[in-house]
Order: sequence, then structure tokens, then C-alpha cells
Amino acid sequence: MSKIIVITSGKGGVGKTTTTANVGVGLAMRGNRVVLIDTDTGLRNLDLLLGLENRIMYDLIDVTSGRVPYKKALVRHKKYESLFLLPTSQIKDKSAVNPEDLVKLCNEMNSEYDYIIIDCPAGIEQGFKTAIAAAECAIVVTTPEISAVRDADKIIGELARADKNNIKLVVNRIRPQLVEKGDMLDMGDIDEILSINCIGQVPDDEAVVMATNRGEPVITMNGSPAGQAYKNIVGRICGEDIPFLKPPKEGFFAKLKKLFGLL
Amino acid sequence: MLDVLMKVFGKSEKKSGKIAKERLQFVLIRDRASLSPEIMDRLKNDIIAVLSKYMEINTNEMEISFANDSESAALIANIPINSMRQNLRR
Ligand SMILES: Nc1ncnc2c1ncn2[C@@H]1O[C@H](COP(=O)(O)OP(=O)(O)OP(=O)(O)O)[C@@H](O)[C@H]1O
Ligand SMILES: [Mg+2]
Repeated sequence: MSKIIVITSGKGGVGKTTTTANVGVGLAMRGNRVVLIDTDTGLRNLDLLLGLENRIMYDLIDVTSGRVPYKKALVRHKKYESLFLLPTSQIKDKSAVNPEDLVKLCNEMNSEYDYIIIDCPAGIEQGFKTAIAAAECAIVVTTPEISAVRDADKIIGELARADKNNIKLVVNRIRPQLVEKGDMLDMGDIDEILSINCIGQVPDDEAVVMATNRGEPVITMNGSPAGQAYKNIVGRICGEDIPFLKPPKEGFFAKLKKLFGLL
Repeated sequence: MLDVLMKVFGKSEKKSGKIAKERLQFVLIRDRASLSPEIMDRLKNDIIAVLSKYMEINTNEMEISFANDSESAALIANIPINSMRQNLRR
């Protein structure tokens, strides 16, 4: 039986695809059999984040339209061999797949994998409805910005309306310095406002940009704060009780340097 | 400079994180209260059903809406009564 998780958000660009890639790699690093399904038809990116863009032969639409069996469309990861990507089409649009297609596909995959993780497009339109249809658990990604949190609230309402009640929150791109100064919403604030169980706080980290450039998710880079945060998220998904990292405090020297305009 | 003076005199400005939190709390009251037309219809019918036990109401002219300001949300109902039910007089 696979655990089917959809990674979603209201506002675009908050880190769904980054989260999907990292959680997928992290689960595979622990030996799980994992399939990642990109449902952002027309705007696919998951292939790039995983470094698999040159190995794609078939896509989700080829599968749901019955042209090829799903196994033929799966792309196996080079390094993490229990990780597979089902890319979507870059040419078609969201109307090319419907919720029933995805439910059917996930049913078919169900016995073969430990996790099926679905990367959802932004918004609440058809693409969202398709992406969530098969999922038993939803991870809502937001940044600590007022507009993203508002949109997350909307998505949480939509999920509840679709009877998806197992919802977890990931807050991405936290800037500890700003939080410390009181100029950014902190976890406590967001918890209080959304009242959703939080399973991750990911700092804003330039290593994410470098990782994306290379096509190797940041979770594989030792010593990066975002990578560590993703490792913790993966642990929590696997049921481990991992305490939240304290945001790294700005050290005395960093403060001094800043004071002298050196930073 | 003014910033420093304000701090010295204890009139320090509210942090933007706190402002963000308060604004979010208010706007979400509003967002969460805006129900879809079909739910509004259901609500209206339920209200009619309950009130009709006690009075005869003018369903054509009744109005139900949400009123929101930055501090709170309220359900505003204007329901004209034609007559009270006789059997409740006793
Ligand atoms: N923790 C982070 N630190 C720094 N940059 C980040 C972080 N998370 C995401 N980003 C950057 O933010 C951008 C958007 O990320 P991503 O594509 O994962 O968002 P998305 O929610 O999938 O977007 P879309 O709604 O378009 O699908 C990317 O350029 C990514 O590198
Ligand atoms: Mg994306």
C-alpha cells in the first residue's frame, strides 16, 4: 500500500516543487520506493529539479490517455534507484487530465511503491482538483508572508471541502534574522492563524538555488540549513518525533561586521 | 533619527511582523465568512424553517448578508414579519 501525499499551496512560487523533489529524494535515501508525479501540466519543473530532464520519453498524458502503461513513462533516478518520476506534458494544458484519471493511476501504482507524491500546480482550479483527488494526506506549503498565508488558508478550506482532512503545513523561506527582529511572521503566529499541524520550517537558503542549478535537491548537500530542514520533514513524514530546529542566531561577529558595513 | 528618539521615549513603533499577524487575523475572518451563494441559500432556508415555527415571515422581502469591517464579521438579517402564530399566544 502506498502512502499518497499531495504537495500544494494557494500562492504560486512558494516552494511546492522544491519540497516535492527534496521529500522524494529524502524518502528514497531511506530506502523507500517512491514515485513523484508532476501534475503541473504545461509548466513542468520537477524534472529539472531532479536533473532528469533529458531522460523523458513519455509523460502523464500518454499514460492517462492509455497510449503507454505507466511503467514505461516512469524515469528512474540516476543515483537514488528507488526513486521514479512521472513527468507531465509541457505542451498540453491542465484540462488534459481529470481527477478520475489520477485516482485510477494511483490505484494501479498502489502496491508497487511506499510513497506516491504529487506535485500540485498553484491555485484552486482544475489542476488542483486533479492533483488532490487521489491523495490521503496534503502538505500545504506557504512562506511567512501575509499573502501566502492567506492563500494557504483558502487552500486548507478547499481541502476540507473535498474531505481531505489530513493536512500538514510546511513554512518555507523563513529568514531567521527578520523573525528575530520581529519583522517576519514566526511559526507560532502561523500556527495560531491556520491551526494546522506543522511538519517543517525551511529557512531561506542560497544552497537551494545552487542545488536547483545542478539538478540535485538540497537535501543531498550536507551542512546546508535547508537540506537539514528537509531531512527533518522526511523524518516526520516517516513518523519520527523530531524537535524543531532553533533558527540559527546571528553570531556576535556577524553583527559586528554588519555594524562596520562589511556584510 | 526620529526612530531612535521614538525608541528613547518608549513610543517604539509596532513591529511589522505583529502588524502582519493582526491584518491576517482580520482578513481571514472576512475570507472565511464569505460563503458561496448555494450555502447562503441553504442558510436562508434553514432560517425560514426555524422562524416559521413562531411567526409567518415575508420570505420575498427577507434579506440576509454578511457585514464585515476590519474588526469583526456579523450576520445581518432583515426579516419582515407578517403575523405571529396564534397558537403561541397562550
Ligand atoms: N528555502 C528556499 N530558499 C531559497 N530559495 C527557495 C527556497 N525554496 C524555494 N526557493 C526558490 O523559489 C522558487 C520557487 O520555488 P518552486 O518552483 O519550488 O515553487 P512552486 O511553489 O513549485 O512554484 P509554482 O507555483 O510555480 O509551481 C525557485 O526559484 C526556488 O529555487
Ligand atoms: Mg511548481
